[in-house]
Amino acid sequence: MTLDARSVTLHLGLLAVLVVLGFVLPTYHQGNLARILVLATYTIGYNVLFGYTGLLSLGHAMFFAAGMYGCGLVMHLGGWPVLPALLMGLVCAAALSAVVALLALRTIGVAFMIVTLMFAQAVYLTVLYLGAWTGGDEGFVIAQASRQIAGFALTDPLTRYFAALMIFAVALLITARMMQMPFGRVLIGVRENEERTQMLGYDVFRHKLLAVIISGTIAGGAGAAYAILFGYVGATFASVQYSIFPLLWVLLGGMGTTIGPLIGVAFMFYLIDYASGLTNAYMLIAGAVLVLLTLFARAGIVGEIRNRWVPWLP
Amino acid sequence: MDFGPHLILAILEGAVGASVLALTALGLSLVFGVMRVVNVAHGEFFMLGAVVAWFVASTLAGHPAVGFLAALVIAPLVAGVIAMVVDRIVLKQVEYDPEATIVGTIGVLYILQQSALMVYGPEARPVEPPFSHRIALPWVDWGENGFGFYFPWGLSTTSYKLFVIVAAIAILLTFWLVMSRTRIGLIMRATQLDRETALAFGIPVQRVYSMVFGFGAALAALAAVLIVPIQQAHYLMGHDPLLLSFIVVIIGGLGSVRGTVVAALLIGMSDGIISVFLSPTLSKIIATLLVALVLVFRPQGLYGKKMA
Repeated sequence: MTLDARSVTLHLGLLAVLVVLGFVLPTYHQGNLARILVLATYTIGYNVLFGYTGLLSLGHAMFFAAGMYGCGLVMHLGGWPVLPALLMGLVCAAALSAVVALLALRTIGVAFMIVTLMFAQAVYLTVLYLGAWTGGDEGFVIAQASRQIAGFALTDPLTRYFAALMIFAVALLITARMMQMPFGRVLIGVRENEERTQMLGYDVFRHKLLAVIISGTIAGGAGAAYAILFGYVGATFASVQYSIFPLLWVLLGGMGTTIGPLIGVAFMFYLIDYASGLTNAYMLIAGAVLVLLTLFARAGIVGEIRNRWVPWLP
Repeated sequence: MDFGPHLILAILEGAVGASVLALTALGLSLVFGVMRVVNVAHGEFFMLGAVVAWFVASTLAGHPAVGFLAALVIAPLVAGVIAMVVDRIVLKQVEYDPEATIVGTIGVLYILQQSALMVYGPEARPVEPPFSHRIALPWVDWGENGFGFYFPWGLSTTSYKLFVIVAAIAILLTFWLVMSRTRIGLIMRATQLDRETALAFGIPVQRVYSMVFGFGAALAALAAVLIVPIQQAHYLMGHDPLLLSFIVVIIGGLGSVRGTVVAALLIGMSDGIISVFLSPTLSKIIATLLVALVLVFRPQGLYGKKMA
């Protein structure tokens, strides 16, 4: 088996398992997994920038929120159907990420993190400020009747699960393929050694710019999908916490691995689900996991597996 | 009230905010300057100071001043010791790598914040000020008897607020004296200038790092003890000081003490004044965007050097 075939088998196998799980899981876990798949899509977007290109953004919630509000607002206030609204969410996220990228990419390192944090904070505050339309902290609910595509009600648990799986599959396959193409290889080159990549004649800025836009648009697509599938849009999703989460998930799952995002989200989701039954200070777990990862497992779950046993893991 | 008295009031409120902000941001700036570490958990040490102050003040019976004075000593000590432990078991282990320390301190942020939620609870609780007299302020205007002083209704401050401003100035001066006139200050400045050479001259750089990290956290805690009789102690209160300190440190130039103090005055005063006249949310949006743009187009800030 060539390296390429193994990777194809892994990804299609994973998707096949997820299809089967959709039919066999009880409704509660089916709902959880649908949520995990959408959040994993968000994390796949984050991974393109952080895991592969090596740019640590502390403001990805703004792209998630751009997709969520771009899509949610036209459905809620404009009465748009699902698919054009989803497209609107993608366009909003792509536009915001292009603007942010053009400004933030002038900085590097710690300054890049703080600039993205500041822009995300400005977006969050704007959502609160425009409370007349966005509902501020409380957010708004998208009417159940409008959440359907060609007669398929996305409120039905099984339909919703497969819609989430479809979004996840598209993001997973696009990024997995992208990373095997020359474009993705250059991104990894930027992460490993920016000067050398530049010296080899690649346009580093253009590649970073595209990486931010692709990453932000995938994140926005996940935000739009979240609004459509779960019918709720709120300012929490634009807050700092939702910028930290994808960082945590990617670090936990394994940065720069294709399946790491899903593993990281699923692991953390059930850990927090379990912890919030015990205490209301469940974010303590997230903090502890972040510190432990920094100290002992910088490569994350899939990364450690790759380092120790399965070196071909994509 | 007329515009004039209103403005005076806004300036006074702004000055209180600016004094506390200067102390908090100084801690962040010191840590970044000497250790090149961006401490994302800085706001939580501020929160810790306020919460410990509440515990101390509510444990000690008697005059409120007793609890307050005890808190002024105990809260910075507690925050400083916790910060030194964090330095030893987290920052030192990752060898002060910039990205790893940011991720690590984000973790520490949630650990401290959520521990406070578990131990202290979700309520906001007040600490009684050691003294608080209402001071009415005069205003010059045309009154019924022609031009003269009078006391417009609502134009007043409290003696405690004035004390906060004076105390902050005293602490800043002490800090400056320590940094420029003592051996410890010399050692810190040497480590900041050139870590390797400092090490070669026998300065225990690791111990200096621990001390600086603890010192920075203690400054934040001290600022919180000063403000907690005016605001209330709450487990989420670290968020705003963190963002404002970031803003101040960036505008002032990372690692520059003079820049930090000037920027704290600028930001604290304008924050106080603008939010009286504009919606606080709108003024915050403008401030964060401006700061992001400063960092993009003038990364060295007003006084500082370029950061890597």
